[in-house]
Amino acid sequence: MSVVPAGTLYRGKVGMWSWVLHRVSGVAIFFFLLVHVLDTALVRVSPEAYDIVIQSYKTPIIGLAELGLVGAILFHGLNGVRIILVDFWSKGTRYQNAMFWIVLVLAVGITAYFTPGHLERILEF
Amino acid sequence: MSVQIEIPNSPRKEKVTNWEKYGWLYMRISGPLLIVLIFTHVFVNLFTGEGIKQIDFAFVAGKWADPFWQWWDVSMLWLALIHGTLGMRTIINDYTEKPKLRTGLVGTLWSVSGALILLGTLVVFTFDPCPATADPNLLPSFCEAIASN
Repeated sequence: MSVVPAGTLYRGKVGMWSWVLHRVSGVAIFFFLLVHVLDTALVRVSPEAYDIVIQSYKTPIIGLAELGLVGAILFHGLNGVRIILVDFWSKGTRYQNAMFWIVLVLAVGITAYFTPGHLERILEF
Repeated sequence: MSVQIEIPNSPRKEKVTNWEKYGWLYMRISGPLLIVLIFTHVFVNLFTGEGIKQIDFAFVAGKWADPFWQWWDVSMLWLALIHGTLGMRTIINDYTEKPKLRTGLVGTLWSVSGALILLGTLVVFTFDPCPATADPNLLPSFCEAIASN
């Protein structure tokens, strides 16, 4: 009797999902960086131009996106350390799974620590 | 009939630079540097003081009055944009199948990054914290002392 495959979609474990998150967070940070260089360049136009554009970063909607940005930067940076340890540390592959969860807890934890103060500042705007 | 097999371990004829290796290494060297640079940048600008509310022209001018922060930000600019561009290049190479499209996208990517690196570097080093025509209320406090001289 032939075995019917459940589908061809690859369902990886921590290795795959950390790779997906690293890629998605990296692209998001890259596009923010393009915008951020341009908005900062406005200091060379005039104080008025810079202050008007930077006001939008203090609004509730963009303010919430900043929480996502902080989380993405934390995850991407810490998971990058995990990748380097997998590449260069003799025990890296053995602990890659545990390291992923440490990365996730730290990224979520630090973002959560930052959230109340930041929310207070953007909501009173 | 005998089959001719090339000697498998014959040395490479010409020495070619292994750019892929240097790109791979660049990611792993710039990465830890960017963690220090960007985590500090986010901590100083968003976590301490008034956070996002404190960011305005006077705040930036106050930081860039010190060459330390000028070099900090320029280092971030170069390291982060090249790191991000190499990452985006990897993604383009993964998902494009037509060579012309691939070359076009990677070319556009490097042009945009190069332009932003140039723009950002010029902005940091040609920056005037006290422009004469600006509203004095928007300027850092030290501009007053300079103006009254």
